Amino acid sequence: MKIGAPQEIFEGESRVAMTPESALQLQKLGHDCFIQAGAGKKAGFEDTAYSDAGVTVVATAQALFDDVDIIAKVRPPAEAELDALKPGQTLISFFYPAQSEALLEKAKTTGASVIAMDMVPRISRAQKMDALSSMANIAGYRAVMEAGNNFGRFFTGQVTAAGKVPPAKVLVIGAGVAGLAAIGASTSLGAITYAFDVRPEVAEQIESMGAEFVYLDFEEAQSDGATTGGYAAPSSPEFREAQLKKFRELAPDVDIVISTALIPGRDAPVLWTKDMVEAMKRGSVVVDLAAERGGNCELTVKDERIVSDNGVTIVGYTDLPSRMATQSSTLYANNIRHMVHDLTPDKDGVINHNMEDDVIRGATVAHQGEITFPPPPPKVKAIAAQKPKEKVPELTPEERKAQEVAAFKKQTTTQVGLLVAGTALLLLVGAVAPASFMAHFVVFVLACFVGFQVIWKVSHSLHTPLMAVTNAVSGIIVLGALLQIGAGGQVTGGWLVVILAAVSILIATINIVGGFLVTRRMLAMFQKS
Amino acid sequence: MDIALISAAYIASAVLFILCLGGLSGQESAKRAVWYGVSGMALAVVATILGDGIGFYWLIGLAIIIGAVLGWYVAKTVEMTAMPQLVAALHSFVGLAAVFIGLNTHIVLSSVMPIIQAHADTGVLPPEYDALTGFAAIVAHKTMAEVAILKVETFLGIFIGAVTFTGSIVAFGKLAGKIDGKAQKLPGGHVLNAGAALLSFALLLCYMGGGGVWTLLVMALLAFFIGYHLIMGIGGADMPVVVSMLNSYSGWAASAIGFSLGNDLLIVTGALVGSSGAILSYIMCKAMNRSFVSVILGGFGGTTGPAMEVEGEQISIDAAGVADALNDADSVVIVPGYGMAVAQAQTAVSELCSMLRGQGKKVRFAIHPVAGRLPGHMNVLLAEAKVPYDIVLEMDEINDDFASTDVVIVIGSNDIVNPAAQEDPNSPIAGMPVLKVWEAKQVFVSKRGQGTGYSGIENPLFYKENTRMFYGDARKSMDALLHLVR
Repeated sequence: MKIGAPQEIFEGESRVAMTPESALQLQKLGHDCFIQAGAGKKAGFEDTAYSDAGVTVVATAQALFDDVDIIAKVRPPAEAELDALKPGQTLISFFYPAQSEALLEKAKTTGASVIAMDMVPRISRAQKMDALSSMANIAGYRAVMEAGNNFGRFFTGQVTAAGKVPPAKVLVIGAGVAGLAAIGASTSLGAITYAFDVRPEVAEQIESMGAEFVYLDFEEAQSDGATTGGYAAPSSPEFREAQLKKFRELAPDVDIVISTALIPGRDAPVLWTKDMVEAMKRGSVVVDLAAERGGNCELTVKDERIVSDNGVTIVGYTDLPSRMATQSSTLYANNIRHMVHDLTPDKDGVINHNMEDDVIRGATVAHQGEITFPPPPPKVKAIAAQKPKEKVPELTPEERKAQEVAAFKKQTTTQVGLLVAGTALLLLVGAVAPASFMAHFVVFVLACFVGFQVIWKVSHSLHTPLMAVTNAVSGIIVLGALLQIGAGGQVTGGWLVVILAAVSILIATINIVGGFLVTRRMLAMFQKS
Repeated sequence: MDIALISAAYIASAVLFILCLGGLSGQESAKRAVWYGVSGMALAVVATILGDGIGFYWLIGLAIIIGAVLGWYVAKTVEMTAMPQLVAALHSFVGLAAVFIGLNTHIVLSSVMPIIQAHADTGVLPPEYDALTGFAAIVAHKTMAEVAILKVETFLGIFIGAVTFTGSIVAFGKLAGKIDGKAQKLPGGHVLNAGAALLSFALLLCYMGGGGVWTLLVMALLAFFIGYHLIMGIGGADMPVVVSMLNSYSGWAASAIGFSLGNDLLIVTGALVGSSGAILSYIMCKAMNRSFVSVILGGFGGTTGPAMEVEGEQISIDAAGVADALNDADSVVIVPGYGMAVAQAQTAVSELCSMLRGQGKKVRFAIHPVAGRLPGHMNVLLAEAKVPYDIVLEMDEINDDFASTDVVIVIGSNDIVNPAAQEDPNSPIAGMPVLKVWEAKQVFVSKRGQGTGYSGIENPLFYKENTRMFYGDARKSMDALLHLVR
């Protein structure tokens, strides 16, 4: 199959859906790669780099659309691009089918298949093609960079000869992929980072990234992300109030707010209101990653950087990934490559659009002249349901001490009990058995005792040699046969005694020699590095 | 050689045996300890041969030479992975020898019985006594009470020896894969064993009351059956415990024979072996959080409710993916299991380990106490493959480190890394301490197919999000990795 990537026609878009590296991988799957001349230029990939990687450079978009079977794009297709699609072709790009019904309708009429990269289900297997996550990761990182660019101070606290610098305080709202990436970037720059999310189960992830989770003391049972495919669900008005109250408390204190709160298929919730912005210090920065969908901050203006009356910079860029076009193109092209990989199960350059596959079915929004959106729920749940965690009661020092004392007492009682019982048993045996037996019996009991004491100390890794050596030692039974063989000449039926004893000597010797040699072989292998 | 000298030699060799077992507490002292054992054994055998009343020296010499050559041959040729079978097979020899020696005791006893009777009746030893030397003389010199005890000892020696004999043969068959490893019982189960044991006890009373050699033979048959049926009823996963239990039995059998022969060295050594085997079994049962009795009686204890359902899917990965992760990792822990032994992958694993170590990565091995089919089985295999033993760690030493580990490779182990043991109170292995591999950033499980482990229960580890299944024969998988790891 021929796969081609045209230049993005959306204004300001710098990304490209194919890189020289991803083209090499696609060719390994048996596909031929095409690119429109100049498509990768803004992302830092020259045409020559593509042709070096075996990609055919095509002069115009029209020629590319005419020529290839699969078109890989970043942005949702423009009307003109859809017009150029033919039946049997496949378009892979972001599509946002829920928000763009007209576009979807038009895509249907072309008869081409459309795979929406934003519809890839959030299951483990599909993570490699989850373009939303890879883009969100970049956006989160870039958001911190934008904030730093607009923030007049260090992130990290410093004590210098020229004076002390307090660390910046960063609040990240929404700990999805973008939020977590922002937390990571912000903490590694040295800022004190707080993070908030309505899903309580992400507290652990937030803390693992080095930020402090902002706890909300609220009595409502929170549905965890497992039921909504890993995304946040809308919250009740009461919860929202409690949340805003908490943010109002924090507003005067924080220097940078990075908001990433989005609920699938809805406008962004307003979480950072006008009065909060007003409460912030002059020079503070708000970076609103939800600007595309109206913004989490009341004052956000889409695609613009504004400064409020009290000197707070509010950044509403929606093209953060595009601002790091080389990085984002590389990751996005890899996502596309993985998607094609799944579409080419036999690695023979033949596309198998398998509508039974959860991932492919989920991402396909138009197929063979039909709209296939919304997809049925995937068969595999994204995340296992959270189990309520058991609380281990903390023991006070007194309780612990009491436990230790009790354990010691118990140990003493069992030990004394065993001793008493053992002695009683010995006395009992001594009362009935003849003296000659008792002499042997005492030896026996002492030997058992020595055995117990000695073996406890043997290290675990030597248990197999121990077993082999005790096996060899148990060949001591040969003594019995040796002692008896002499009696063969003195008693009636002696021939039988001699035969049995001789056989016993033979097999016991096998045991002895074999056991010791094997033990030696094993031990010889243990060596220090 | 007079009796006092022999006794002195016996004391020396008993001390040597104790030092031998005690010396196994450390890797280095163990190498010395084996020689203690060898000299102790040589001393004991030589002293006994030089004692009174021993005849047929040519036969003794012949038997020892043949036995030594056979033993030497077996020990030289056996594969290290076949160690468990070998130990089990050798146990059966001790058991059989105990049965034979017990029968001999009976023959000698019944032949000198008239002398003992005359001695008891008249109070003086009859003239025939003077013709006897060595063992026959010792028996003939006994009083009637001592004869009664001798009979019990002989009976017990044969019984334990017979159980050990068939038990070891079955264990050998299971470990060598010649008998199906699953727990199998005849209809009636333990009632049959208990019945056979009761019948044996009745035979003991009969034998004490003057029953002839037939009582011993019937009892031996019953004991053969018990040994067979008892071990058949125990699943392959519990074989480590069984082997060490049989080890213990062979010791007790030797000890019982020692009593009947009045030989203190046999008693001491048998007791040492017996108690060491018993403790090993105990240690292993504790490691599996199982009671010794339930292991011996076979099968897992009943569960109290349905097992937790496992959600998600097992995601597979190819060698290239594993190699990439290994190249990126700083710390790697390898968890070997029985599957590694079966596939003979230890050499490839060792090579992989040294390659990774050569790149400056921290590579360690985590060994669960019951990994493999013998206690310390994995240690021996890794040692054979020249993995330095100071990077081979026990469960307790490494369990807290998994959280800070980048990559864990599980090779052919299943139950010992099953999180259900800790998370699911209804799991058959609930409460068993396991290696917490799932806490690591990434886990790769090298496994032949999607089957369950020896306990036959699902392993939720395979469904975890940070787990990838690396299907295929362990050795081939490791070889593939070797080429891909830079």
